[in-house]
Amino acid sequence: MSDAHRAITAVYRIESPRLVAGLVRFVGDVGRAEELAQDALVAALEKWPESGVPDRPGAWLMATAKHRAIDQLRRDKRLDRKREQLGHEAEIRSRMAGADADAAIDEDMGDDLLRLLFVACHPVVPPEGRVALTLRLLGGLTTAEIARAFLVPEPTIAQRIVRAKRTLADAGVPFEVPRGEDRTVRLSSVLEVIYLVFNEGYAATSGDDWLRPELCDDALRLGRVLAELAPTEPEVHGLVALMEIQASRSHARVGPTGEPVLLLDQDRARWDWILVRRGLAALERALALNQPHGPYVVQAAIAACHARARRAEDTDWHAIVALYDELARIAPSPIVDLNRAVAVGMASGPAAGLALTDPLLSEPALAGYHLLPSVRGDLLAKLDRLDEARAELLRAAALAGNTREKELLLARARGLS
Amino acid sequence: MKVMVFVKGDPTYEAGAMPKAEDLEEMGRFNEELVKAGVMLAGEGLHPTSKSKRVRFAGNKRTVIDGPFTETKELVAGYWLWEVKSIDEAVEWLKRAPFREGDVDIRPVFAPEDFGAEYTAKVRAQEERIKAGIAAKHPTH
Repeated sequence: MSDAHRAITAVYRIESPRLVAGLVRFVGDVGRAEELAQDALVAALEKWPESGVPDRPGAWLMATAKHRAIDQLRRDKRLDRKREQLGHEAEIRSRMAGADADAAIDEDMGDDLLRLLFVACHPVVPPEGRVALTLRLLGGLTTAEIARAFLVPEPTIAQRIVRAKRTLADAGVPFEVPRGEDRTVRLSSVLEVIYLVFNEGYAATSGDDWLRPELCDDALRLGRVLAELAPTEPEVHGLVALMEIQASRSHARVGPTGEPVLLLDQDRARWDWILVRRGLAALERALALNQPHGPYVVQAAIAACHARARRAEDTDWHAIVALYDELARIAPSPIVDLNRAVAVGMASGPAAGLALTDPLLSEPALAGYHLLPSVRGDLLAKLDRLDEARAELLRAAALAGNTREKELLLARARGLS
Repeated sequence: MKVMVFVKGDPTYEAGAMPKAEDLEEMGRFNEELVKAGVMLAGEGLHPTSKSKRVRFAGNKRTVIDGPFTETKELVAGYWLWEVKSIDEAVEWLKRAPFREGDVDIRPVFAPEDFGAEYTAKVRAQEERIKAGIAAKHPTH
């Protein structure tokens, strides 16, 4: 890639979310807006290497895309002369005037971005489509980059995006920030998408690498952007806090050959303390809003307990158990129960923890989940029930989808003798 | 990737001149744009070297030197820490900064994997310690 080409790609990455968001408001359809944005990029790749990058590249791209939109509309109209030409043209003009009012543009841009995020994460689209569309439209990633990150073929991602756009168009999803009760449901879908992306980077469920940091960075960036767009939503700050604190450990949780290093074994000096501080600050922002705690805020508070302990043995496990109690109340799930059992095992001894995992064995949701036997294996090992522990760890290894994690579990099973 | 962006001081800054209100405002707007884009992790301005100290190392000897320091050209006056997708993106962001003269440097931050052999040896030793204590371990969130 030439220098000019790289510069243009970088500019486009910076500008494309706002560009697409502004264009959706203009043309009313996500698919068309993105095509227009792509056309503007092609035009930039033709023009900028000679003319240089303009002073306000975002405005240039927007103007180019809008002119193309108008050309297309005019062409459509020529094909369909029965349409009321004048009325149509007037509508376009008024929309353009509105969108071009320069002074208002920045604030509108923020609103447009938030609308676009809500649309891309709309529950009518299946989760994997939401993820792909969000990374593409809000994260500024190319289809190829998304495919690489998720280890799936490029056409698969392209198809998910096409389908997602079609679903949104068919459902007539309005380009707006939802209000009232709908807002809560829709916001939790947005947060879920961002956290899905983060988790796929943080604990890859498939493939050979335990960590795919680029996805974590993408999710964090989306979260940080959202925190500025929706600063009064405690769960947004809760999610950001959770991701910042988890990401702070990423260098410490991978060993030299790519194998996972568990939280209590990590060299805490290698945590990224800037991210820890940012995470604790985001949690403060969430708590300062003085609203009932949502699941992300509580999970962030748990992560913060670990982050505040300078050494693993300083961890306040009783506080963590109390937070898991709260989490189990507001967002009950067998996985929360499992994590709570781990915390109880640390606070009150392995026998107490193990007892809490017994009822989980008949839990269908955990039937194929490798962390249940993994946790039981550890608790049994601490109780010196080594044969049972080994059997559990081997079962966990057989269930683990990630190669590195599987190896770690096998090593732990071998270590019991 | 993380990059550190170093803003250099000029003689006016070294003389202790405070930035003008409108410059501060302009910089504030730029910072706000960086925060809104999820790019800025940290950033601060530094006092001139007249308020600074320097410690010089020569073998076992440490000499403390009071500011101001004489070679003003490469002195850092402020920094940002940015999270960007590529150094090209950092360049494009920096081009938008409200500076009118001088050089500003973008320096990629080392990630542990960049350290190579020495880092690996240290972590390998740690890994041995971990394996030695493996029976006592368990995963948590």
